[in-house]
Amino acid sequence: MNRIIVCVKPVPDPKHWDKVSMDPETKTLKREGIPLILNPLDKHALEAALVLRESHGGEVVLLSMAPPFAQPLIREGLAMGADRAVLLSDRVFAGSDSLATAEILAAGCRWIGDYDVILCGNQSIDGSTAQICSQLAEMLNIPNVMHVIGLEGSSGDNLVITQKIESGSVTLSSGFPIVLSVRKELNKPRYIPFTGILAAESKEITIVSNEDVRVDPERIGLSGSPTKMAGMDVRKFERKRERLEGTVDEIVKKLVERIYQCGVIEC
Amino acid sequence: MNEKKSADVWVFAEQRDGELHDVSLELLGKASELASQAGGAVVAVLMGHQVRELAQILVNHGAHIVFVADDPRLGQYRLLPYTHVLESLIKKHEPGTVLMGATAMGVELAPRVAARLRTGLSAHCIDLKLDEKGNLLQMVPGWGGGIVATIACPDHRPQMATVMPGAMRVLPEEEREGRIEDVSIDLPDSNMGPEVLGVERTVAGEQPLEKAEVVVAGGWGVGGKENWHLLEELARLLGGAVGATRPPVDEGWARESQMIGQSGKTVRPTLYLGIGISGVMHHIVGMDQSKHVISINSNQNADIFQASDVIVAQDFMKIVPPLISELKSRVKG
Ligand SMILES: Cc1cc2nc3c(=O)[nH]c(=O)nc-3n(C[C@H](O)[C@H](O)[C@H](O)COP(=O)(O)OP(=O)(O)OC[C@H]3O[C@@H](n4cnc5c(N)ncnc54)[C@H](O)[C@@H]3O)c2cc1C
Ligand SMILES: Nc1ncnc2c1ncn2[C@@H]1O[C@H](COP(=O)(O)O)[C@@H](O)[C@H]1O
Repeated sequence: MNRIIVCVKPVPDPKHWDKVSMDPETKTLKREGIPLILNPLDKHALEAALVLRESHGGEVVLLSMAPPFAQPLIREGLAMGADRAVLLSDRVFAGSDSLATAEILAAGCRWIGDYDVILCGNQSIDGSTAQICSQLAEMLNIPNVMHVIGLEGSSGDNLVITQKIESGSVTLSSGFPIVLSVRKELNKPRYIPFTGILAAESKEITIVSNEDVRVDPERIGLSGSPTKMAGMDVRKFERKRERLEGTVDEIVKKLVERIYQCGVIEC
Repeated sequence: MNEKKSADVWVFAEQRDGELHDVSLELLGKASELASQAGGAVVAVLMGHQVRELAQILVNHGAHIVFVADDPRLGQYRLLPYTHVLESLIKKHEPGTVLMGATAMGVELAPRVAARLRTGLSAHCIDLKLDEKGNLLQMVPGWGGGIVATIACPDHRPQMATVMPGAMRVLPEEEREGRIEDVSIDLPDSNMGPEVLGVERTVAGEQPLEKAEVVVAGGWGVGGKENWHLLEELARLLGGAVGATRPPVDEGWARESQMIGQSGKTVRPTLYLGIGISGVMHHIVGMDQSKHVISINSNQNADIFQASDVIVAQDFMKIVPPLISELKSRVKG
């Protein structure tokens, strides 16, 4: 194996999502001061890459499109064991939807070159579009498989992949190169060893702009994104909110009445 | 572009092993509404091998036209051949809108098709509307579901969306007239991606949560597997199914197929009875279209109460066992 690229996305820490508020005027989200974490599934993707490297050799490269202040998070991935990282950072990337993001990540992959396997998380917790895996592969004109819960490198240049579907699973056999996106059942990301943190200090994070990867400016950023935000609403509930009070006996009686009133069981 | 066609709404009719996925019929329901508003036709695309007999089911659920791509090479779902067929059909007929289910298959296939056509796609929609210009407004829950973003794709066609299973209503099945048309398949022989080695079915036929008229859902507050049977008993008495939030699934009290919410299923039963559930948006998005919502939670100010019609602010252990006895004495038989 030559090279494994792992796409990692910095996302706002869900523990702090209650601090996200909406500007009622502009209908945009105010997310200042919300700490970032690595998208949880991306650690599973990285774990899969590290396991593949153990059996098949090759280099593990992290790829992320994010502002430069995301570097400490990328360092976390290096501490887990990746060899180096490429950070795609450019103002012209801002506002990209999934199609434009895939375009930029694809350009990043081509710029890195010589990839056999590209790993992603199945979805990110903020955008949750779950679109990058298929779109990145399409841009690179190579196959892809999502919902990966099993991955084995068999002899030579073949992978045996288990894909989760609603009714069970599908086993697939694939050559290289391929893009895979993983579910959390695939593995358990390793703990970061202290030595890993030390080693990460000297690993390289290359910051790359659009001058380097040269994506057509018409295809990136807000203007290059086919989907547009047309509005945003905080969810409102119109419910009766009738509180049943009294002794337990009384409450249970009232509760039974309410259930009957729904018409789901017969008297 | 032919204006008439661009009002057409297409539905990808997902099937595996000759079984239509329910979401396909749900999408036809929504597509009928959108297409009649826009003055277009509802078109279903059915792919597989020896699946023609499913076409009439699609017609009976609202499809005016069904394109059937029947070919042994499409017998097993494979991403690249399916992408190829959809791409060529869409390029030929130029529909305005293409809808797919947010299923394992749809979530993989839709973005690949959208990227090939270089058009926009919104994911996991919970509702769809058309504006006066014929733009599809796609409601997407974000940030754990507390916020609903409206996405549009004003400058590209087709406008594409994947829709959460359970979110749309099925039209009543009745004898309808429709055109069923075979389409010829022209697949490249090579570069068709991974080979399918085998398919394993592990999920046995269980009462599908999305179809149950009553859902009894349990959360972390149920406290343990030893209490879970109370929910099962309650559901049985009410003729319903048991659902769960994420923690009971993580703990192994419930199966993953029972999870309701953003990463699970959308349910819209007549009665949703939630027990020991705090009401985090991740969960609420999967249940707030229920007709009646009753919640039992020992916290007087649980968030779920905001989204409930009937509130029981009590320890469920005090309420559920007598509720079960009471129902047992009343329910016939
Ligand atoms: C990306 C992402 C996706 C997610 N997707 C989903 C999803 O699809 N579905 C989902 O459900 N969750 C999802 N979650 C998890 C979600 O954020 C919440 O953690 C989860 O819904 C909370 O479940 P809960 O209400 O059962 O537990 P808790 O929040 O722990 O609430 C337990 C409740 O039980 C009450 N309680 C305790 N004891 C009793 C008692 N004796 N009697 C009555 N009440 C009692 C408590 O007052 C409390 O309100 C997701 C999370 C993330 C980050
Ligand atoms: N900006 C990004 N930089 C690097 N990887 C990304 C980025 N956005 C998405 N990804 C990858 O794509 C996966 C799925 O994201 P999404 O399609 O946005 O839900 C993530 O788990 C990442 O692996």
